Amino acid sequence: MASIDIVPTPAAEIERAEGIWSKILRHAGSHPLGVAGAGIMLVFVFAAVFADLITAYAPTTTNSAISLLPPGHGHPLGADAMGRDIYSRIVYGARISLAVGLGSTFLGSVLGVVLGLTSGYIGGWVDLIIQRVVDVLQAVPLLVLALVMAAALGPALDNTIVAIAVPLIPYTARVVRSNTLALREQPFVEAARAVGMSEFRIAVRHVLPNTLAPLIVIATAQLGAAILTEASLSFLALGVPEPHPSWGRMLSESAAEYVRVAPWLVIFPGLAISLAVFGTNLFGDALRDILDPRLRD
Amino acid sequence: MLLTLFGISVLIFTMLRLVPGNIADIVFNAAGMIDVAEKAKLEKELGLDKPIAAQYVQWVSGLVRGDLGYSYVSEKPAIQEILPRIPITAKLAGLALGFAVLFGVPLGVLSAVKQNSTLDYVLRVISLSGLSMPSFWLGLLVLMAFVAWFGTIPIYTDPPHGFWNTLALYCVPAAAVGFRSSALVMRLTRSSMLEVLRQDYIRTARAKGASDHNVNYHHALRNALLPVVTVIGIEAAFLMGGLIVTETVFNIPGVARFLVEAIRWRDYPIVQNLVMFIAVVAVSVNFFIDLLYAVLDPRIRYAS
Repeated sequence: MASIDIVPTPAAEIERAEGIWSKILRHAGSHPLGVAGAGIMLVFVFAAVFADLITAYAPTTTNSAISLLPPGHGHPLGADAMGRDIYSRIVYGARISLAVGLGSTFLGSVLGVVLGLTSGYIGGWVDLIIQRVVDVLQAVPLLVLALVMAAALGPALDNTIVAIAVPLIPYTARVVRSNTLALREQPFVEAARAVGMSEFRIAVRHVLPNTLAPLIVIATAQLGAAILTEASLSFLALGVPEPHPSWGRMLSESAAEYVRVAPWLVIFPGLAISLAVFGTNLFGDALRDILDPRLRD
Repeated sequence: MLLTLFGISVLIFTMLRLVPGNIADIVFNAAGMIDVAEKAKLEKELGLDKPIAAQYVQWVSGLVRGDLGYSYVSEKPAIQEILPRIPITAKLAGLALGFAVLFGVPLGVLSAVKQNSTLDYVLRVISLSGLSMPSFWLGLLVLMAFVAWFGTIPIYTDPPHGFWNTLALYCVPAAAVGFRSSALVMRLTRSSMLEVLRQDYIRTARAKGASDHNVNYHHALRNALLPVVTVIGIEAAFLMGGLIVTETVFNIPGVARFLVEAIRWRDYPIVQNLVMFIAVVAVSVNFFIDLLYAVLDPRIRYAS
């Protein structure tokens, strides 16, 4: 028998009719702060991608002759105690920050979606068990859980990503679950079931796309949190290990003793973290207003 | 609630046992010793040779009796190590929350009442930057400011004596942590206030001829503060994250910094008990906020 192609179109696809670019332009005009945020994020992405082209020194090259060199003299942001160029380390640091931020947000979202969708769509005792697990993960403050996980896994780039991703799971899982609960009672799900679609396919093809808007909103908010958490972990020397130039790690090397003698070691890496997170937050706020006005807080 | 705490205990315990290398490894590697028999003896002494399940049962049954085991590093009872540090962190957290409410709520209300004014924009950008700054960086900047202005750093050496001394020493780090919380509280107060100001009963109050001041502060604020209470509760538990880094920066011997030290030393009894303690605080704060919510909002009465 030929397959029946009267498959109800999910709402998300109908909206796409306007054309994605005209839509972006329309919203950009009414959210100048969001555009500024996107601009800041693009600068950091640019720095991360073209780090080799826009720096004169490698981030790990040491040079004892310029130890604790103040800004200027060919090193625009100065040099650290080991004579490494701060500007290069900050530019390359964008790679680490973005890799960990995007990596852990993505991993946390995927796991959160799987748990939330399963929990909300199947319901019953599966829902009950998953919700208890989510409760447990959410009861421990984010940084505390990330700290213990990072210590358990050992200091490495990919371990840091996992350590930050796991504490992010409950927030995504909660939102996806509550959306799924509402969506699975919708007529289009019933229609899909009536034409003989498998439950798995309904969940993935029809329910999931409709939770995309809140999902993107949450993920953007989490990106900022993930970057901050990476910085904190590395600051405590439990995150991304040497020789990777991590912003948080740079502050931990330079911490209290350099506050007096070399303030530039403290100012610039912190500024980089704050700006990156600030850009993400600005962009996230605008995105939330556009995609999901109900989530406005 | 108990189920959640049980889950946390299992999670933390198994995670710590997954760590490659226990305290015996650290001690022996540091000393450059490779005597297998000696190491096995130390592991036996610390109970590390038993199966994980047995170790877990031993820990939890001890917890119930109030026996938290011994710190591997200091070899003192864990409870003696943890208890004296709690008031220090509690004072910091209390002060930080005080800052959050003291600045967050009034500025949030102001921002909402003057929506879309220059003041509103400035306050919004400040609060967003508060959420973007890592609190350890803010702490370091504060230290730098102290060096620049006074030539010294307010470093915690001896436990302070007297109320004013304590306040003076704690309020700087508390402000560094509390800035983020006040930014959060301010954002939420603003949006909650805006939400309430749009409602019908506010229009009714205005139509009756109530003054702006009366409408804003009597009719609107009381309802707008409800969600703020929830966030302050959540923030109270999550302040811990900010305290961990801030206590490290300001060298304050509280539980938060102690947790990091214990993690570095693989001091399992300390780490698992501390995380458990933090979780208990977080879970009970949430529980009390739920109760408080029912008291504050007559519309919410939990089914009896």
